[in-house]
Amino acid sequence: MTRILDVSGLHTYYGRIQALKGVDVVVDKGEIVTLIGANGAGKSTLLMTICGKPRATAGKIIYDGQDITHMETFQIVRQGIAQSPEGRRIFSRMTVLENLQMGATTGNPADFDGDLERVYTLFPRLKQRQTQRSGTMSGGEQQMLAIGRALMSRPRLLLLDEPSLGLAPLVVKQIFEVIKEINEQQGVTVFLVEQNAYHALKLAHRGYVMKTGSITMSGTGKELLASSEVRSAYLEGGH
Amino acid sequence: MAGFKTAALPREGLSGAFLSALATAVVVLVLTIPTVGLKTDESGGSLIVTRHFDTVAWLVGLAFVGRLVMSLFMARRAVKPGEQKKAGPSAMDRFAAAVARNGTKIGAVGLVIAVLLPFVTSNYLIDFGTNVLIYVMLGWGLNIVVGLAGLLDLGYVAFYAVGAYTVALLATNVGLGFWACLPLAGLFAAAFGVVLGFPVLRLRGDYLAIVTLGFGEIIRLVLLNWQNVTNGPNGIGGIPRPTLFGLPFAAHSATGPTFAEFFGLEFSPSQRFIFLYFVILALALLTNFFTIRMRRLPVGRAWEALREDEIACRAIGINATNIKLSAFAIGAMFAGFAGSFFATRLGFISPESFTFTESATILAIVVLGGMGSQLGVVLAAIMLVSLNEAGRWFSFLGDIALYRPLIYGGAMVVIMLVRPRGLLAHRQPSILLHGSDGPKESLVPNDGLAASTGELP
Repeated sequence: MTRILDVSGLHTYYGRIQALKGVDVVVDKGEIVTLIGANGAGKSTLLMTICGKPRATAGKIIYDGQDITHMETFQIVRQGIAQSPEGRRIFSRMTVLENLQMGATTGNPADFDGDLERVYTLFPRLKQRQTQRSGTMSGGEQQMLAIGRALMSRPRLLLLDEPSLGLAPLVVKQIFEVIKEINEQQGVTVFLVEQNAYHALKLAHRGYVMKTGSITMSGTGKELLASSEVRSAYLEGGH
Repeated sequence: MAGFKTAALPREGLSGAFLSALATAVVVLVLTIPTVGLKTDESGGSLIVTRHFDTVAWLVGLAFVGRLVMSLFMARRAVKPGEQKKAGPSAMDRFAAAVARNGTKIGAVGLVIAVLLPFVTSNYLIDFGTNVLIYVMLGWGLNIVVGLAGLLDLGYVAFYAVGAYTVALLATNVGLGFWACLPLAGLFAAAFGVVLGFPVLRLRGDYLAIVTLGFGEIIRLVLLNWQNVTNGPNGIGGIPRPTLFGLPFAAHSATGPTFAEFFGLEFSPSQRFIFLYFVILALALLTNFFTIRMRRLPVGRAWEALREDEIACRAIGINATNIKLSAFAIGAMFAGFAGSFFATRLGFISPESFTFTESATILAIVVLGGMGSQLGVVLAAIMLVSLNEAGRWFSFLGDIALYRPLIYGGAMVVIMLVRPRGLLAHRQPSILLHGSDGPKESLVPNDGLAASTGELP
């Protein structure tokens, strides 16, 4: 398998506070890789640094053989990386269809109808709600829209930041099934940041565990699920 | 009068109504003593103060009775226990939504009225219409920056000034006519828009507002103090009037036939008024048409997305820098057009016409109309220009013109109480599906996913 994302020795600061302390993460084409960890471990910071904001102070981010460490955010996205950001950040006063249109900004207009159909097949709910103002939808639907919007740019690498945040267990299950579908049927590589360790590790091919800005463990999803450290720190009492 | 619910009775019954009426009367008393009760007049080089406490007493009494009647009226309409309060949008909201839905039809009717107006009315009304249209155009231009892109600009009048001075300087120094100056004025103003845009790219909201406010003042102060070029506070006069394909609107012309001679008409000054009216009507319609088209194009949608969430914009690959600059530049360009019209219409400009009050008025038109609403801007422009003229209309009531700022401010407070999001705040989506007549807001209950059938395992 070929490498699509190679993050090495990444350091990121917020002012004088160091959020990432030399992070190494690799993602291969076609994989689902998850990053789990507690609040404030630096998971979201890693995703945001990959997208160029905040900037890495040291280290390298190689995407598809190209150094993107110092690129502008919008240029990084145009290389084929799409992000469903933390807190969804949909355009709440615009309709569902308009949001999806915005997601297709970087794409070829000729692909639009086909891509829209693909997103609607994944999330039939969005089709039902396409003329609705997106801010009036439920949290689950908004999360679907955030993922759908990211998919509209035909990404090769999809970055998902806590898609399960604040959602009902049934909805979480459905979202994770769709992520699997996106990966298996559409061949999109997924890098998933999650607090919901059980679901994330069950879904992912490989996983990383992050603690206060450093990667402390890595392995296949199954290995991590079975590991006693992961169980005691992130799973016990949960599921 | 939905908005007045916030000022509902502090207590039940008659005593409560009496107390709140008393409170209102006190507030009116405090406010009117300096604004109405004391008037300064100049007399032989010194100021003397005249007192009008009788008027104050009348106003206080009026406020007291008015508030009392309103309280009693509302108490009668208030929901009695056990009775179900009717849910759903208020009458005003439904009206605004209906207006927005039928925007095209209302716009068409308004356009017909606007086109016919100069042929059926007096010079004064044409002049009034021209004034309204200048503000409509400025409102539509600022709507791009504030309403669509969400960038709060308090210095918009600077671009208006740049447009006006471009025409004045080019016409008086280089000898260019109005029509040659017009595109240059737009271009210059747009360039200034970019100049302002660059340093404020990182700013939003209040911070942006302060910087733009400063920018507006800088432009005005430069115009005031750069005596050699702008002639300082004395302004620039002798700006040529626009011609119709070279035909001037004058009684006689040394260079060729005038408009009246060419068409074999009797010369009348109102021909020029009507012509100017149609020039600004055309410019304003251009602004409107442009904005409507832009909203359907990727860059226009990106403006709206930028207003919603800048970080999300970057995350979907939008170059936020370019989008912001384009909003500033295009908004400024239309202000430049309006400014060039302003200069040629009056034939004389000075920095006095481009104070912060103008920026505030234009912004008020956008906000009162309902951010992003094109029809709302028209409505608000008509209202504010009317308020400005109200002193003249009601001159039989005495020197009411003196109270113009008071009436103006009071009217704004009332509008914001009744319609806090603007007169016609109702966003129409930029794309509609066939057979759909608008967004189905809250028609579908927010039942979440769990209620859906067949989709869950």
